Amino acid sequence: MIAVGNALRGDDAAGLEIGRRLSPADGIRVIEQDGEVAAIVEALRAARAAVIVDAAAGPRPGRLARFDAASHPLPARLLACSTHAPGVAEAIELARALGVLPRTCVVYAIEGASFDVGAPMSAAVEGALAAAVARIQAEIEALGDAAPEQPASIGS
Amino acid sequence: MATRRIRVDYLARVEGEAGLTVVLRDGEVRDVELRIFEPPRFFEALLRGRAYGEAPDITARICGICPVAYQMSAVHAMEDAFGVRVDGSLRALRRLLYCGEWIESHALHVYMLHAPDFLGYESAIAMARDHPAEVERGLQLKKSGNEILRVIGGREIHPVNVRVGGFYRVPTKGELAPLAEAMRRARDQALATVRWVSGFDFPDCERDYELVALRHPDEYPFNEGRIASSKGLDIAARNFDAHFEERHVRRSTALHSAIRGRGSYLVGPLARYGLNSALLSPLAREAAGEAGLGAVCTNPYRSIVVRAVEMLYACDEALRLIDAYEPPDRPAVPIEPRGGVGHGCTEAPRGLLYHRYGLEADGAIAEARIVPPTSQNQASVEEDLRAFLPGWLDMPDEALRWRCEQTIRNYDPCISCSCHFLDLEIDRG
Repeated sequence: MIAVGNALRGDDAAGLEIGRRLSPADGIRVIEQDGEVAAIVEALRAARAAVIVDAAAGPRPGRLARFDAASHPLPARLLACSTHAPGVAEAIELARALGVLPRTCVVYAIEGASFDVGAPMSAAVEGALAAAVARIQAEIEALGDAAPEQPASIGS
Repeated sequence: MATRRIRVDYLARVEGEAGLTVVLRDGEVRDVELRIFEPPRFFEALLRGRAYGEAPDITARICGICPVAYQMSAVHAMEDAFGVRVDGSLRALRRLLYCGEWIESHALHVYMLHAPDFLGYESAIAMARDHPAEVERGLQLKKSGNEILRVIGGREIHPVNVRVGGFYRVPTKGELAPLAEAMRRARDQALATVRWVSGFDFPDCERDYELVALRHPDEYPFNEGRIASSKGLDIAARNFDAHFEERHVRRSTALHSAIRGRGSYLVGPLARYGLNSALLSPLAREAAGEAGLGAVCTNPYRSIVVRAVEMLYACDEALRLIDAYEPPDRPAVPIEPRGGVGHGCTEAPRGLLYHRYGLEADGAIAEARIVPPTSQNQASVEEDLRAFLPGWLDMPDEALRWRCEQTIRNYDPCISCSCHFLDLEIDRG
């Protein structure tokens, strides 16, 4: 579970906050990243399965979208408005090009409204966190159930 | 007159985003404007009223790529204000931590951001399909640098173990031993990097820069030294304001820096190398010579070679520091706050990073000022483009845009430290 974001930039903190509220089962590790490409590639390389959550600019703050990144590249510019210009989408494609992308790689993007430095998280995103946590918690529990003998682990 | 306008949404492969407008009229370059939209010096405001001891951890948040630089300039400025000197093993550990940051930052820029320019790829992703071994080497180098940050700094991103006076906890000799293994591998990879990038094709462009970097009598500079220039400047950090000024430029919310009475200057690898190349390790000096670098390099496109040489030096220096390490008696020098002003200058991967703090008697921060390398280099980026563009005007728009982007990337601009979005616009009139 890779939680991406910047705690000092408004809704960009959403990914980190969701990661902190999850209760990972044994064998599933939650790591925080600020979106730097090489670090995410290393995290993906070490994982048997990966779930990534990050904030993205969008018209409906708080809306959660799920993408199967193992099958298809993320939509262009999906995460371009996060604070890290090359970021999650580029890291996934670099991992794919190098042949180190896990066979399961799911990305959750929570739409945010404000990414200004020093801004607080918007009420819409704050209010959507609990539902996002529940949905992502279910996803990572399903991952754990799918491979009980060889738990997925993520980390560098 | 026909108008040709080229616009891209943002300039890729820089850390952060900004904007560039190039205005061409009648075959001449009329104007070049690098626009940087800086979040209003948020961190300087955030620091006011906070305790002196919070500065290293707060300023580390300015940049995910060079947090150590911000921490180091902050602690040196505080120690300057309090009249404290940190030396011996604690000083060596700081230098080792900085080696880690140079390795991870330079590896990122050389392999992920800059090499694609020279090999004709739009991104490191595209390059990885044809050059997986090289990209893997870059990732391994970056990981080795990150490992130093993890062991000494407490974690890879935004290290938490740095404090004014030293560290919260210092490593044992045994904890550093695995780092030595990693550094020996990294040194071989860095040497291979120098050889790889020195084979690239470089535009034949030179400029008469005023190179500005720290200079120390015995060391290639990280944490300590006087601020020197290739045109005779030689000052202590505390005299920074007397010799440098920041000017507000309407198009940019980041401030432009200049040497008073002279104008733009260059900080970063070319400047450090030009002023200090004789202080590199023998292996790094030899590799630089093999790569075709003289004692000074003023071709900004060759900065990728200088970065690779500095990465090799950082691996070599890290090994030297690890081999010589003896744990200090205490993890930090005691601090007694007092009122005053402190100045700190260290060499971030991208160049000179100046911090100044005004402190209350209890150590509370009354005023903070941070001058990052990217804003110091802004004027020089524009002048490079003004100087070099006339030779490129016959290029098709796409090639010209590529060359402009490459020219900006020569600086490894950490625009996240100083700005927000980037567009590129070429107006041929």
